[in-house]
Amino acid sequence: MRTLFAGILLGLSSMVCLPANAVLTIEITQGENSGVPIAVVPFRWHGAGDPPEDLRGIIAADLHRSGRFDLLPPGNFLSHPSEIGEVRYKDWRLIKAEALVVGRIFEKSPDNYEITFQLLDVYRETQKAGYRFNATGEHLRQVAHQISDHIYHKMTGVEGAFDTRIAYVTREQQDNGDRIYQLMVADSDGHRPQQILRTTNLPVLSPAWSPDGEWLAYVSFVDRRSGANVWLQNIRTGNRRKIAQAEGAASAPAWSPEGKRLALRMSYKGNADIYLMDVASGSIKRLTRHPAIDTEPAWAPNGRQIVFTSDRSGRPQIYRVAAAGGKPERLTRGVGRENARASYDPKGERLVMVTNRGNGYQIGVFYMADGRMDLLTDGTLDESPVFAPNGAMILYATRLGREGVLAAVSADGRVKQVLKLHRGEVREPSWAPKKN
Amino acid sequence: MRRTLTLSVVFLLGVILGGCAATKKQGTVEVEDATISGSDASSTATGLTTGSDATGQIITVENDTGDADDLLNQRVIYFDFDSSSLTPEAQRVVEAHADYLAGNPGMAVVLEGHADERGTREYNLALGERRANAVTEMFQVLGVAPDAIRPISYGEERPVAMEHDESAWSLNRRVEILY
Repeated sequence: MRTLFAGILLGLSSMVCLPANAVLTIEITQGENSGVPIAVVPFRWHGAGDPPEDLRGIIAADLHRSGRFDLLPPGNFLSHPSEIGEVRYKDWRLIKAEALVVGRIFEKSPDNYEITFQLLDVYRETQKAGYRFNATGEHLRQVAHQISDHIYHKMTGVEGAFDTRIAYVTREQQDNGDRIYQLMVADSDGHRPQQILRTTNLPVLSPAWSPDGEWLAYVSFVDRRSGANVWLQNIRTGNRRKIAQAEGAASAPAWSPEGKRLALRMSYKGNADIYLMDVASGSIKRLTRHPAIDTEPAWAPNGRQIVFTSDRSGRPQIYRVAAAGGKPERLTRGVGRENARASYDPKGERLVMVTNRGNGYQIGVFYMADGRMDLLTDGTLDESPVFAPNGAMILYATRLGREGVLAAVSADGRVKQVLKLHRGEVREPSWAPKKN
Repeated sequence: MRRTLTLSVVFLLGVILGGCAATKKQGTVEVEDATISGSDASSTATGLTTGSDATGQIITVENDTGDADDLLNQRVIYFDFDSSSLTPEAQRVVEAHADYLAGNPGMAVVLEGHADERGTREYNLALGERRANAVTEMFQVLGVAPDAIRPISYGEERPVAMEHDESAWSLNRRVEILY
C-alpha cells in the first residue's frame, strides 16, 4: 500500500513543472480526522490589485500541520465575514465548525499593511482572541504565523511554534560530479529560505541553533585532508570561527540552555568522548571517559543533565550524565536494538531519537518517566529528529523514493507532512527556539 | 479505532520574486575546497604515485599469498557492518603499505575512514574514525612513524556507491589509503 502511494507521488511530481522556488508539500494523513473543526475565512483585502499574501492559506497550512485541527474547506462556506459584526453563527453551525477565524488586510499606503483577525467560538458566539498588526509586505508571512500561534494557543492551551525558523542542509550533485552543500535557514513551513553557507565538496552536518537564535553551530571540513571541525557562525553578519581544538576531530555541537557552553564530541588520541566547552573562553572539560564511541550530546532544559549516544554496551544506546560530571547511566533498555541522536522536549519529559527495532531506522519518542518508547514513523532510514519549541511536533529527515527530504509529524504521530524544500537532497534539520 | 488512510497532494506554489532559493543575503559564506576538485566517486589511484623511486625499488613482503605490487596497488580496505576489525585480507594490504612507509621515511599517508549510511551521521563520523584508527594502530605496530599517518573520517558523507542495499553499503564501509 505504501509503495503504491509513493509511486503515485513520484508520478505526480514528475508531471508537474515547478518553478525553482516552489515549496511542494505532500501529505500523508493517517488515523481518524478528529481535530477541532475550524473554519478560516479568506481575509478580506482592502487595496489595489491582488492581495500580497494568502494569509488564509498560510494559517490553514500551519493549523493543519499541527495535527490538532480539521480545516473545513472554504468551498463549503455559506458566507465570508471579515469581522465579528458580520458573522451569522448559524452559517457556521450548519457546517459543523466549532471555531471560526475572520480577518482583513488593509493597504494603508504602498507596502504598509494593517492586518486584523478574530477567533470566534461558534457555539458560545463569543470572541476568543483578536489582534491588530502593522507590517510591510516582507513580514506578512510572519504575521500569518503569529496569528496561527495565537489561534493554536487559545484553542489548545499550548504555545504555538509557527513563528519560528528552521535550519537544514542541502546537497546537490553537479554534472561535473562536484557536490554543493548549502546550510539554509527558513521559516518553519519551509518558506523564505536563505543561504547561510555554501561549500563545494566539503560536507556540512549537525546545525544547532544558539538559544538566542543569533548563531548556528555546525560541523564542516577545512579541506579534503583534514577531519571534522565545529564552526560558530552569526546568522546576520556571516562572521564565523572554528572552535579551538588541540588535536583530533570535533563534531556534534549542542548549545547549553543559557547559551554559554557547548557540549560536543571531541576525539583525543582517536577516542570519541563528550566534552563541554565554554564558548567565550574556549576552555574545555572532559565529561566522558570510555574507549567506546560517545557522541551526539543533548542538554536537558534545566541545563543539569546531558543525554548522549554511546556504544559502550555493544550497539549505540542512549545514556545520561550530569553536566557537572559523574557516572553515565543507560536510559534505553529493551526499546530497540539501537538508539541514537536523542534530544529533549521543552519540558524535559520526553526524548525524541532514532531507533532501530530490526526493520531499519525510525523516529521514536521515549518517555523518561517509565522508559517506554512510541514509534512515530515507519521509514527505513529516518534520522535527525528534532522537537518543535513547543514540543508538539517533530521535524526529521526521511527518504521519499530516491531523495532525502524533511518531514514534520505531530508528536502524537497522527499527521505527517513531507516538505520538499529544494532540488537535491535535504537533511539535518534544526529548529530554532522561539524568540520572546 | 477505524484507520483511514487518505492521500492528498497539496501544491503550495510560493513564488519568490526577484531571486532564487539560494539568494545571497548578508551573512552568506562561501567555502571552496581548493585542494582537490572534481568527482570523488572513485578516488583510489592505481600504482605508486609521487613516491615512486626512479629505480623502481620493489618492496618485498614476507608472505607468499600475493604479489607485493598488487597489495600496494590496493588503496581501499573494507569492513563488516558496525565493525572496525581488520579482516585477514585487509591485514595483508595494511602490512604491504606499512612496509613501504617504514622503508620510505619521507612518505606520508592520509587514512580516510568511511561508513555506510545506516545509523546516524554523527555516529558514523566516529565509526569511520575508529576504522581509520584501527589501520593507524597496525601501521604503528609495524614501524611506521606516527607523524607519517593522518587518520581522518568522513563518516557516511562520501559514499562511492549511492544505492541503498548491501552491495552498495559494503563498498562504502572502507578506509582509503591516500598518498
